[in-house]
Amino acid sequence: MKALPGKRTIEIIFWLVPVVAFFLLPGYLVLGSQILIVAIFALSLDLILGYAGIVSLGHAAFFGLGAYTAGILAVKGWGEPLSGLLAGGAMAALAGFIVSFLVVRGEDLARLMVTLGIGLLLFEAANRAAFITGGVDGLSGVAMWKLLGVFPFDIGGKTAYVYSLAVLVIVFIALRRLVASPFGLSLTGIRENKQRMPSIGAPVQRRLVAAYTIGALVAGIAGALLAQTTQFVGLDSLGFNRSAELMIMLVLGGTGRLYGAIIGTVVFMVAQDYLSGINPVYWQFWLGLLMVMFVFFARGGILGALEKLKR
Amino acid sequence: MLGVLFDGIAYGSLLFLVSLGLSVTMGLMNFVNLAHGAFAMAGGFVCVVAMTRFGVPFLAALPLAFVITAAIGAVLERLLYRRLYGAAHLDQVLFSIGLTFMSIAAATYFFGSSQQPMRLPAFLRGQVSVGGVDFGVYRLFLVATVVVLTALLGVLIARTRFGAQVRASVDNAQAAKGLGINVDRVFSVAFALGSGLAGLGGALGIEVLGLDASFPLKFIVYFLLVVVVGGAGTIKGPLVAALLLGVLDVAGKYYVPQVGAFVIYAAMVVLLIAFPAGLFGRRR
Repeated sequence: MKALPGKRTIEIIFWLVPVVAFFLLPGYLVLGSQILIVAIFALSLDLILGYAGIVSLGHAAFFGLGAYTAGILAVKGWGEPLSGLLAGGAMAALAGFIVSFLVVRGEDLARLMVTLGIGLLLFEAANRAAFITGGVDGLSGVAMWKLLGVFPFDIGGKTAYVYSLAVLVIVFIALRRLVASPFGLSLTGIRENKQRMPSIGAPVQRRLVAAYTIGALVAGIAGALLAQTTQFVGLDSLGFNRSAELMIMLVLGGTGRLYGAIIGTVVFMVAQDYLSGINPVYWQFWLGLLMVMFVFFARGGILGALEKLKR
Repeated sequence: MLGVLFDGIAYGSLLFLVSLGLSVTMGLMNFVNLAHGAFAMAGGFVCVVAMTRFGVPFLAALPLAFVITAAIGAVLERLLYRRLYGAAHLDQVLFSIGLTFMSIAAATYFFGSSQQPMRLPAFLRGQVSVGGVDFGVYRLFLVATVVVLTALLGVLIARTRFGAQVRASVDNAQAAKGLGINVDRVFSVAFALGSGLAGLGGALGIEVLGLDASFPLKFIVYFLLVVVVGGAGTIKGPLVAALLLGVLDVAGKYYVPQVGAFVIYAAMVVLLIAFPAGLFGRRR
């Protein structure tokens, strides 16, 4: 692919948008930080689905695991945000590492079922273990210390927004380096042709295990971030709907592109905020219709459509 | 103990009835149809509407549920499903989740989100006592219906010309086409049949599973489980898997209620690891 003129400029403008939004839309910072967090989550799915080609229906398991880890740490008296974030990520990565061995060995259908099953298993576990997770009522009383010892989490969500944006930028840069590295290219190769990759010396299983673990790590970080910034963890952070919606966001923006994950999340969440405010039932209907339409008419998502226009 | 076992079998035979159609779509067309639960829900609503608004008796409402759901299935297969047979699994998943969401929203719009009321006719209510063990009459009826239907299906698949075409198409669609079998038509008929059975299962299941707008999402896991554990594309696989899961689920909920659905999910993950292609999976 040849470098498009002005690509650098577009990127700079892209990243200026959240900064400008911080100053111009002070009333939307809570929604804004939610979008930033889900964008991190979408990036993690993009790595395993868009790049490595692993279809997962239970990615929320890792998000929820990170959220509960960070949340429970804070409830038990350790409210330091950054270490909580890392703990959430580490816990999810550990789970992802273990699960990955089950996921990489099967075909698409078995993968779907294993990821779905593990998601449901964790959901049930959190539901039943109400004495630590709060069960259906959710985990409340997540008391966070000041960020870096200086910035308290305020009601208006300023700290939460900047914190989330910073984490998003770091994750984005890390993932961009990762997918452009030989490791990332080999993932794309595995997605495109699993049979041929071993013959050019790529250990397919090991690469997929690594990708899945990293995906889980990033998802856990996103979950931990949500727990810390909203100071609450609900059962829905583990639910099937979250996994399904995430997949839609990713497909909406365009899979296999890091910017696709972010753009899809923004469009989806703004639309959801607007439309479900009108009527939540209609929202679900339009969402379903959108998914069907996308499968038939716009497989590359928003970015794919833009690319086609340019040609 | 015997009562729990029986309830489990009744529950399992219901799961089998609904899942059979899914087994067909997955085995025949290699299509991951997550919207299968929506067909079962449609059958349930047909039954409820026929009974409460038009006064159709329960036994007459059941075939109605079958026919109407089969018709819906046939139309959707023609218009939408057919285009995605060769598509990536991700596309099929997205498409069918989209369809599921639409069906839930539509059901909520028309019927609200509460549980649908359902009154069984008098002769299907109550209990009979055999050798000191109480059996629910309705559950006996359920098991008997499923046994009869399974026998009929067995004959259909093993003895008729259509059955032979289905088996040929499953084994090797290319070769079947070459022999002059209209594989597209076989797929359409099989899909409609599967949808109809799901609708019938949904109608029969109102008493056992309940019926509300969230039905397609709530139970799709069970249906998928039956097919994936049993192995797609057969009758025997889903049957064994459905009975196994039905008994496990009922027993789990009865003996260790605090663990709840955990039993069934754990069983599924373990079974999938032990038998990646299903208990009676066919090698591809």
